[in-house]
Amino acid sequence: MAARRYSIWSLIRNALAYHEGWARAWRAPEPKPAYDAIIIGGGGHGLATAYYLARDHGIANVAVLEKGWLGGGNTGRNTVTIRSNYLRDPSIRFYEHARRLYEEMSQELNFNVMFSRRGQIDLIQTWAKLRDARRRSLSMALVDAEYEIITPEEVKRRVPLVEIDPTARLPILAATWHPGAGIARHDAVAWGYARQADAAGVDIIQNCEVTGIRRDGGRVTGVETTRGPIAAPRIGVAVAGHAGVVAAMAGLRLPIETVPLQAFVSEPLKPVLDVILNCPALHVYLAQTDKGELIIGGAADGYTSYAQRGGLHVIEQSVATLIELMPRLKRVKMLRQWAGMIDLTYDTSPIISATPVDGLYLNVGWGSGGFKAIPASGEGFAHLLATGRPSPLIQPFGLDRFAQGRLVLETAGASNRE
Amino acid sequence: MLLIPCPFCGLRNEEEFTSGSEADRHRPADPIALDDQAWVAHLFERANPKGAVREWWWHGRGCRLWFVLERDTVTNAIKVVP
Ligand SMILES: Cc1cc2nc3c(=O)[nH]c(=O)nc-3n(C[C@H](O)[C@H](O)[C@H](O)COP(=O)(O)OP(=O)(O)OC[C@H]3O[C@@H](n4cnc5c(N)ncnc54)[C@H](O)[C@@H]3O)c2cc1C
Ligand SMILES: [Zn+2]
Repeated sequence: MAARRYSIWSLIRNALAYHEGWARAWRAPEPKPAYDAIIIGGGGHGLATAYYLARDHGIANVAVLEKGWLGGGNTGRNTVTIRSNYLRDPSIRFYEHARRLYEEMSQELNFNVMFSRRGQIDLIQTWAKLRDARRRSLSMALVDAEYEIITPEEVKRRVPLVEIDPTARLPILAATWHPGAGIARHDAVAWGYARQADAAGVDIIQNCEVTGIRRDGGRVTGVETTRGPIAAPRIGVAVAGHAGVVAAMAGLRLPIETVPLQAFVSEPLKPVLDVILNCPALHVYLAQTDKGELIIGGAADGYTSYAQRGGLHVIEQSVATLIELMPRLKRVKMLRQWAGMIDLTYDTSPIISATPVDGLYLNVGWGSGGFKAIPASGEGFAHLLATGRPSPLIQPFGLDRFAQGRLVLETAGASNRE
Repeated sequence: MLLIPCPFCGLRNEEEFTSGSEADRHRPADPIALDDQAWVAHLFERANPKGAVREWWWHGRGCRLWFVLERDTVTNAIKVVP
């Protein structure tokens, strides 16, 4: 059932046939009554998990259940920054592994995910942040990830748009340079994994909302869905903002709150920015897409919500700081704005874990930073679902860390509590 | 932007407030008696409901009152708690 390979030849062949011969990239099967494993949530994490279950563990009798459409959650709403400049050793190791998998993802999936290694500059505007950057660069050196401190003049040379006036309200003291960081096409990541998982035999079932989790004596036996009950001895939950809602179906409470996070894009411009520029002190970051739009993100809204929208004042704040930093963008028009519902854990690190309910596994709590993690999370979660044990890379992110006081406190996210 | 009814100042805009998260979470009466799981439940776990939530708000850039509201986390409709 291997997917028909995409290549320059398939492109030419199909062009000569007026593009009428392209096959569907994945099937739209009816749900079967039972599977070896069910994954709830057809975002990047759920789809990648299905792919690695088939590739690494030979488990392909799997269903991915998605209540809407593939990638319609946070995966299709994110600002696509892929980086590994985290604070704690377990995070750096994990995200650097994910970043490296992104570099070869297009080849691996035979799907152009448009990964583009831009490099990231973090502006440093406080002395505390400068100390933090120094610490990060040393920690990152331990896993051979480059992260160096550069001067304001070097920032100006690389990004002429940025003002480095030493008399500014918050002058730029220094910056960091993270050459491995990049961006990729968000939908393509979901679609690439979906296509290969489907080819391996996984059933991807859209418009299928899970409404209940069936249990028998502390063990999962399956799920209730809007398309009828489906049985499975193992269930993986990868529903981002809905983590608490789905966990409650199995009687669990999580250390998670769901809050809105917004982003917006400008009209397309000529090339003005070839790096990812992040300004943690002012809560704004941006990159320029291949189409020329500036894609801009900022701080999260300040309260829990499932409304999938946020307040205008949060965006106004991002724009105000952007213009303070880059006055020449003042007359650029903004085209679109949207929000996702992010699942924030107490320590802003993810939860990839078994639970007190046998056969129920969680892959949630990615907050504002889970896009970059998709390949490594899918690999690790597939290992957990297949063997019942965490792989070394995901072991630090278990649910038990809260009781054991092993928090992985990160302050690197857009929504952090710095 | 939410319009939040402060019991003292009336309707004011969201920027003047800080959300204090879920109400009705009380400090355990006998902390010494708690096991680790009970501490986790108190310190970290949240109901995080989709729908009605009772929550704290702080009018920090106004009268500085802490008060409890009921809000629907899907529609953002706010009910004043008597
Ligand atoms: C504005 C914004 C900017 C971001 N920027 C970045 C960034 O620059 N870099 C980065 O790394 N990360 C970023 N993120 C975070 C990133 O988008 C997420 O962490 C990541 O996409 C989560 O992927 P997922 O597959 O876990 O969840 P999702 O993509 O949200 O998929 C979960 C799916 O589960 C489905 N679902 C929910 N409940 C049910 C149910 N009961 N039954 C069936 N299906 C259900 C949903 O419909 C959804 O499709 C950003 C997020 C937002 C909102
Ligand atoms: Zn007041």
